Amino acid sequence: MTTVIQTRGLVKQFRRVTALSDCDVTVPEGRICALIGPNGAGKTTLLRLLSGLARPTAGQMSVLGGAPRQDPAWLAEIGFLAQEIPLYRRFTADEHISIGAHLNRRWDAALVRDRLKSLNIPLDRAAGSLSGGQRAQLALTLTLAKKPRLVLLDEPVAALDPLARRHFLATMADAVAESGLTVVLSSHLVADMERVVDYLILLSASHVQLSGDIDALLAEHRVLVGPRKDTAAIARTHTIVQAVHTARQTTLLVRGTAPVIDPAWEGSDVGLEEMVLAYMGQDAAPAISRLTPVGEEQ
Amino acid sequence: MINFRLDGRSAAPPYLQIVQQVRQALRMGVLDVGDQLPTVREVVAATAVNPNTVLKAYRDLEREGLVHARAGHGTFVLNLPPGPPPGTHSRLGRSLAQWVREAREAGLDDESIESLLRVTLQAAPQEEIA
Repeated sequence: MTTVIQTRGLVKQFRRVTALSDCDVTVPEGRICALIGPNGAGKTTLLRLLSGLARPTAGQMSVLGGAPRQDPAWLAEIGFLAQEIPLYRRFTADEHISIGAHLNRRWDAALVRDRLKSLNIPLDRAAGSLSGGQRAQLALTLTLAKKPRLVLLDEPVAALDPLARRHFLATMADAVAESGLTVVLSSHLVADMERVVDYLILLSASHVQLSGDIDALLAEHRVLVGPRKDTAAIARTHTIVQAVHTARQTTLLVRGTAPVIDPAWEGSDVGLEEMVLAYMGQDAAPAISRLTPVGEEQ
Repeated sequence: MINFRLDGRSAAPPYLQIVQQVRQALRMGVLDVGDQLPTVREVVAATAVNPNTVLKAYRDLEREGLVHARAGHGTFVLNLPPGPPPGTHSRLGRSLAQWVREAREAGLDDESIESLLRVTLQAAPQEEIA
């Protein structure tokens, strides 16, 4: 399997603030990868590093076989859609398509027009007068028009209503089905995109807490419920991700495939959101207390 | 052609929901031998599901011998799942619906009906009926 993104020991420091540290991630080709983390976890920083818009303080990266750089041939393979949905408000979709044709080596204008028509987005109206969902669709479609092999999307669905969100993700997944491109999309929520993503990078407090194939990760995690008791025995065979105790009961989210022999524990499968929240909960305190510099992270 | 409905709150993962809905459509006679399943892109466009999920579901169905993927053409129904002939389900469904109406008229709520069904299934084990 081809690897599209590989980072090792990646660090990004802004003066006194560490936005990202010891970041090791791998994303195989053809995956739709969710980059999940609370606000300020370092998601935007990682996407900016991967797209060559920012340079790491330390560490190595390989993206599409090379280090991110300001090289037209390399940049032609990458599509990056920033959180603010950058469009020229006074320009129509048609005018955006013309600009793109001048600025890109590869440009499939017919594809953009077909997609926008099928989405009922007018080509002759100023982008500023379109709805939020239509603007997001226009920006995504323009991102796909250059036929990139890797698309990086920063919080693309956060501001959209549920229907627009569904349509946006369908457009994205369709592009993956059509051309086998790789997508990384960030979000602070996982529920919205659960069915469309198959790979996960979980960032919290500037560290990668978890990453890998989602089905494989879910198969490695279990919830154990039992009477309140010492968890040392479980901790010898499993990693305890989260432990919640009430006066009588203990609920554990554990990682590890070893069998649980003690019959006092009742095991059950875990869902994606439950697993993600357990890992986020681990580092909630440092994530909240961390300050982020203006303009780099929202 | 059938439409897939994927329920995010279902305990079954999306790929299994697709597999189950194809099997269900075959049993109910909605799909027949030779019919084409929706293409991966059609499913993705309609449901915003990951394309690999659809491929995985279709591969599972192919392993079961129910469908056959023809490169460049699509995925077609090859066989019906083992079991009673199509139509049996809808016929039994109709008589069950009649029974449910009677049960409601007799004052049973849904929870009582479900537990009655569960108890009956447990009281009459498989081999007895077979």
